Amino acid sequence: MRRRPFLTALLGGAASLSSLALPRSARAQLELDITEGIVEPLPIAISELYGETPLAQQRGREIADLVSADLERSGLFRPIDRRAFIQSPAELRNLPRFADWRQINAQALVTGEVTGGAPGGELAVEFRLWDVFAGIQMRGQRLATATDNWRRVAHKVADVVYERITGEGGYFDSRIVYVSETGADRDRIKRIAVMDQDGANHRFLTDGADLVLTPRFHPDGQRIAYMRYSGLTPQVYLMNIDTGREQRLGSFGGMTFAPQFAPDGRRVAMSLAEGGNSDVYTLDVAGGQARRLTSHSGIDTSPSFSPDGRQITFNSDRAGSPQLYVMTADGSNPRRISFGGGAYGSPAWSPRGDLIAFAVLRGGYFHIGVMRPDGGDERLLTRSTQDEGPSWSPNGRVILFSRTDFGSDRVRLFSIDVSGYNERQVATPLDASDPDWSSLLA
Amino acid sequence: MQTTKDSLAVGNGWLGPLAATSLKRADEPPLDMELEMTASLLRVSAALVLLAACSSADESALQGSDAAGDGAVRNAGLGISSSELAGQPVPGTQEDLEVSVGDRVYFTYDSVVLSPQAIQTLDGQAAWLEQYPNVLVTVEGHADERGTREYNLALGDRRANAVKNYLVALNIPPSRVLTISYGEERPADPGHDEQAWTENRRAVTTVTTTQ
Repeated sequence: MRRRPFLTALLGGAASLSSLALPRSARAQLELDITEGIVEPLPIAISELYGETPLAQQRGREIADLVSADLERSGLFRPIDRRAFIQSPAELRNLPRFADWRQINAQALVTGEVTGGAPGGELAVEFRLWDVFAGIQMRGQRLATATDNWRRVAHKVADVVYERITGEGGYFDSRIVYVSETGADRDRIKRIAVMDQDGANHRFLTDGADLVLTPRFHPDGQRIAYMRYSGLTPQVYLMNIDTGREQRLGSFGGMTFAPQFAPDGRRVAMSLAEGGNSDVYTLDVAGGQARRLTSHSGIDTSPSFSPDGRQITFNSDRAGSPQLYVMTADGSNPRRISFGGGAYGSPAWSPRGDLIAFAVLRGGYFHIGVMRPDGGDERLLTRSTQDEGPSWSPNGRVILFSRTDFGSDRVRLFSIDVSGYNERQVATPLDASDPDWSSLLA
Repeated sequence: MQTTKDSLAVGNGWLGPLAATSLKRADEPPLDMELEMTASLLRVSAALVLLAACSSADESALQGSDAAGDGAVRNAGLGISSSELAGQPVPGTQEDLEVSVGDRVYFTYDSVVLSPQAIQTLDGQAAWLEQYPNVLVTVEGHADERGTREYNLALGDRRANAVKNYLVALNIPPSRVLTISYGEERPADPGHDEQAWTENRRAVTTVTTTQ
């Protein structure tokens, strides 16, 4: 999907609608604390956005549907069935009659209006988020873009609602890249695919002729790095998602694999295998000298940068079995952080910096887990015959991973909240593996 | 083990007189000198391979065995062999390698150690490679699925290189042995049990090209 620029700034300034005049309640503003334990999903009413024309009304309906779906999928909100609503979108152009919303136990309410929406034209959305019990507006914004981009507007509305109520950043305006799998077990056909985080706008980026593995987003969300088997030496490549243009990343003599970008997008880390030894290297994405970071004579792979770009966690067998390590981004001071027992792999540093997600084989099962960057507070979140390849949502709250179920012989994507709740399958057209979650799109 | 000047006796079976194997057989079309040399070298070194393996080899497989892979059956005491060429692997090909020596070795979980059986097979591969100096091979390294995808790519690479290093130590030029890792991507057995995983932890030597 082509990126279209947003015409209006999202946050602050003139684009923010001032609160409609209301006496402020003495009650504290609505907030949902998601930092600890079980969360009771917050009942929220999301009205269809008002539209003057049938076209605008349809968009208003679709936007409300998408916002509801995003919020429900997070596990933190429970959108109330619209058939229970008393006030119509037209009535909601004025101040809401809060008693009507308290009556159906909505704690928050989203209202708004759509103008434009003609195909090939422009679309403008105004929306407001209300605290029903306090009877005040919490947020109001105006967004404008090309009509084709309406889904991104809706995801941004969902992000604003999520952020205002939970106090944490949103993650809905983002994409997922992964490997789509099909074909006979012995000779799987793998293609790289990209989609919005809700599954829409799904598109294949490679044609299956070459084996492709482990695609990873560049922080700009427009390019990916991945491994491709072309000729005798599999290598890491860089592709622009929009143009399809591809180039090799680095010019190494041996197999390169396991790419992962630094948060500033200027460097990429990867493994190079030479003579049976795999080491972690970094190089400039723009080209230039590669820098070797590990020099141990075994397996060093799966590098992942900390959000400040100063440290790298990686997978190494230098202790005799696969474990997790953290080192400074120049390769100095490697130290082991995994001590829970079992074989660890695929570490992924959260964008919040507070946790490292990983896969561990222990007691015959695979688990996705998290631990602090110093190795403390290890928690297992999932268990199955094979869970691996965790990737974080942009706000560091949701972990995406691939699960191979030996019983059904299917491999698919799943997500789980970092609290361990709300494990759900992520729908893909075919079997799926090697997921990577982009940053919030610009 | 008895050794006479013109025959090898291995265990309770024997391969028949060596000298006789270099004779052209009556039903064969005339071979040119080079081919004939190659053919007899094949039989000699195949016999040597069996000799080396005799301590653990199945006895019954040696008696009247198709040792050289050319369909010849040696009848004890007669010194006459007849061969059938139809359906037999062409010497120096992948099929020939598989049939005469074995194209793969296996590993235990998360290991790159070459077992005694693996070494046996690789000794045979080295000898086979010496017979066909124009053959280039690629050693494919594989891993079972019980690990992360990236770790398994590295593990497959280690296994392929363990085999290459062993062959090179037996004086096969490194330029003749390429390596590639397929990690867990190309299982021999797509199952999800110990039996499948054992089958998949392997390094396979494949004939890549003939220069």
